[in-house]
Amino acid sequence: MEANAWIDKVKGQFGASILNVESFRDETTLVVEKEKLVEVLEFLKKESDLSYDYLTDVCGVDYKPRKPRFEVVYHLCSTQYDRRLRVKVPVEEGDSVPSVESIWKAANWYERETYDMLGIRFENHPDLRRILTWDDFEGHPLRRDFPVKGKDFDKPFVPEL
Amino acid sequence: MAETRYMTINMGPQHPSTHGVLRLVLELDGEVVVKAIPHVGHLHRGVEKLSEVKTYHQVIPLTDRLDYTNGIGNNLGYVLTVEKLLGIEAPKRAQYIRVAVAELQRLAAHLIWLATHALDIGAMTVLFYCFRERESILRIIEEVSGGRLTPTYFRMGGLAKDIPEGFEERVRSFLEDFPRRINEYETLLTKNVIWMRRTKGVGILTAEEAINYGASGPTLRGSGVKWDVRKRFPYSSYDEFDFEIPIGEVGDVYDRYMVRLEEMRQSVRIIQQAVDTLPDGPIMADDPRVVLPPKDDVQRNIDALIRQFKIVSEGFEPPKGEVFMSVEAPKGELGFYIVSDGSNHPYRIKIRTPSFINLSILPKMIEGKLIADVVAAIGSIDIVLGEVDR
Repeated sequence: MEANAWIDKVKGQFGASILNVESFRDETTLVVEKEKLVEVLEFLKKESDLSYDYLTDVCGVDYKPRKPRFEVVYHLCSTQYDRRLRVKVPVEEGDSVPSVESIWKAANWYERETYDMLGIRFENHPDLRRILTWDDFEGHPLRRDFPVKGKDFDKPFVPEL
Repeated sequence: MAETRYMTINMGPQHPSTHGVLRLVLELDGEVVVKAIPHVGHLHRGVEKLSEVKTYHQVIPLTDRLDYTNGIGNNLGYVLTVEKLLGIEAPKRAQYIRVAVAELQRLAAHLIWLATHALDIGAMTVLFYCFRERESILRIIEEVSGGRLTPTYFRMGGLAKDIPEGFEERVRSFLEDFPRRINEYETLLTKNVIWMRRTKGVGILTAEEAINYGASGPTLRGSGVKWDVRKRFPYSSYDEFDFEIPIGEVGDVYDRYMVRLEEMRQSVRIIQQAVDTLPDGPIMADDPRVVLPPKDDVQRNIDALIRQFKIVSEGFEPPKGEVFMSVEAPKGELGFYIVSDGSNHPYRIKIRTPSFINLSILPKMIEGKLIADVVAAIGSIDIVLGEVDR
């Protein structure tokens, strides 16, 4: 399908829930309302002439002091048509995003990492624990207000037993 | 009736067969794994956070340390992503050299995998053979870039320096010898009864599961999905090379082994073509914003000196925007997502590392299987913890 035809199709299906369509360096980005996120992604995966069946990546970006503060970014890929697509969801601090683990199992660890690094919570995630830092870690390292050298970099780490 | 109680054991983070600092919490019913929970992050160095305070050039050495068996490949992924952001392309000669060196690095990475995988399962001889050949590859890489494991060889727009004299001959003489060596490894393993019993039917992943779980690289291809970034989204002139994508049938440990062995043969073909058809010409793109001026100019020409000083101290400012680009690393699809705010630092870099997501499939492969199969399964997905934890 032509590049523009399918954007119209998604727009026709979801209307105002598609907040924006961006294009840069031959990459297309859909900005989607978080309420419709699961529906849009499911549509992108199931629709036979789109068939974005492979979730390449999920990550978050902190745009402090912009409002809403965060964006969760999904990179999709179609193994059938060799196409890529980026879907972004704006999230305010303290808000949560629906998990897409039910659509792609791959989302499990990616969402855990996003939660660990940026503190964005995912609803209905089966096992939302920290993944790269330890359980008692305070703060979320990839937030813009987290110091690069770490908070307690000069103190030894003594776990409570 | 007696109450069933599971035994919980910790495998790692200091266990030799976990290939680094992976910790697995295994719940066992006798010898059968009931539940497996991987714990990662012991090697988390905050590469993504560090990148946010560095200039674009300063990030290249950080990428060496992601998958430390594949320094060149990581450089390639990062450099191509920034080039896409800038809208520039390396000249043909640089692209061919990139392909040749990246494929050599793939051979070295696969050799480490084969050596340790076989050692885990109990075949020790393979380790010595593989490390012997890997050493000759690392020598070539050292001659080219100056570093054995941390090459930092590519630059935005091309290469740090041209290949040294005699590079082609050394590569050719290595390639002449190497296919015979692969056959040698095969005589040790492929039809070996112990090897087959330990790997056939173990850690099965079907094609559908592999796609749904986000597997990539040989882990995906072992399950019979013919998907390789080099073919599907060709970069760095890969579309001009003639090579096959080997795939497996069942998706077990043995299939992944066969896929990687065949991949080594295909890499040999690619390197051969790259060396034989290496074009002449410049090794750097002509873009004064990004590319350092030649050393001769810097010493004689004040404008070149200023330019050199500006690029080294301040870096360059790519346009505002965001790009994603991925390459086929030995472990799978290595992707970089860079958000630029128009300044000389990347605003955000997310590295999609193949080992991270391939490792998340491990519980799926081993639950319900014997504890001895855990070792085989870990080896077959070929993880490097430096890349999992970043």
